[in-house]
Amino acid sequence: MKEFLSFLSIMIIPILISVILIYGIYKKTPCYEVFVDGAKEGLFVAIKILPYLIAIIVSISMFRASGAIEILSNLLAKPLNYFNIPTETLPIMITRSMSGSATLGILSDVVSSTGVDSYASKLGAVIVGSSETTFYVLAVYFGAIGIKKIRFALLAGLMADIFGIMAAIIVCKYFFT
Amino acid sequence: MNYVFVFLILISIITAFFTGRIEEVTNELLNSAQRAVQVSIGLIGIMAFWLGLAKIAQKSGLINLISKLISPILKLIFNELPKNSPAFSNIALNITANALGLSNAATPFGIKAMKDIKKEENKNDVATNSMCIFLAMNTAGFQIVPATVLAILIAAGAKNPTEIIIPTFIVTLSSFIFAIIIAKILAKIWKEN
Repeated sequence: MKEFLSFLSIMIIPILISVILIYGIYKKTPCYEVFVDGAKEGLFVAIKILPYLIAIIVSISMFRASGAIEILSNLLAKPLNYFNIPTETLPIMITRSMSGSATLGILSDVVSSTGVDSYASKLGAVIVGSSETTFYVLAVYFGAIGIKKIRFALLAGLMADIFGIMAAIIVCKYFFT
Repeated sequence: MNYVFVFLILISIITAFFTGRIEEVTNELLNSAQRAVQVSIGLIGIMAFWLGLAKIAQKSGLINLISKLISPILKLIFNELPKNSPAFSNIALNITANALGLSNAATPFGIKAMKDIKKEENKNDVATNSMCIFLAMNTAGFQIVPATVLAILIAAGAKNPTEIIIPTFIVTLSSFIFAIIIAKILAKIWKEN
């Protein structure tokens, strides 16, 4: 089962690319031109997040270099170890619902400080990849239609986020240990 | 985020003072700023490729096709909306575009869907059940390929970056379903105002 799913993990991108391209050609879409046009957006995405990355990576790195993270980790080590959760991933869990760019910054910091193939990096990647910035989504969508009384929308979103983090911990434990 | 940023840097400097690591902290400041640029540059390639491909899916009508396939399920979830509401096609387009990692394309559909729901259900500033359910679905962030995260792993030279795809998919799908269920339950018990 695990082997099959790992195989699927590797195959999903080639399959998706083939489906998109074959359908594009079948529908006589000018694939090359459209591709180039879309790729331009990718350039702007990367540039747009650079200032956020600098702010987050620099402040977190300073925080770590000062020894403050060690102190914090030592305090939290026991409960986190009990569930097999690397302490480095804690900041990701805390910021995930609040700021997408901050979370990406923290993830890149975890990747560069623990190594890209570490368990912490993989768990962090799954947590970040499987959820959305709840507060941002709420602000954009309800802002656009002038909703002030949000009722249970935020509660439902945050409960789903917490559920997602717990699911990520369980799923990663199964796949990566 | 404002306070977090200032707090992190000030605490670092104060802690460094006590642990005697002032020099390390200053060096780390310079190194990490450079690292941030490298990360961002490393993202460009894969992000551009993925968004280019996704644009083909959008222009060729593949996204529209998938949207049509999922709309019967949406009618079950949003049972308070009239069956022929234009909101359904926009909700479907929003979810499909998000699933492919096209959040820039998904947002306009999502906003359009919210406006459609508002037209059907109310004119004031109170969220309806359908709005809250749709919002919860969006906050769960269902996507098939987590392109940005993959880009970070690839840029850092991961041995096998795609191995996170299936675990991520399992988690995102289950929290997406959880979001719908919990929103449906809350819709039943939450008062109208």
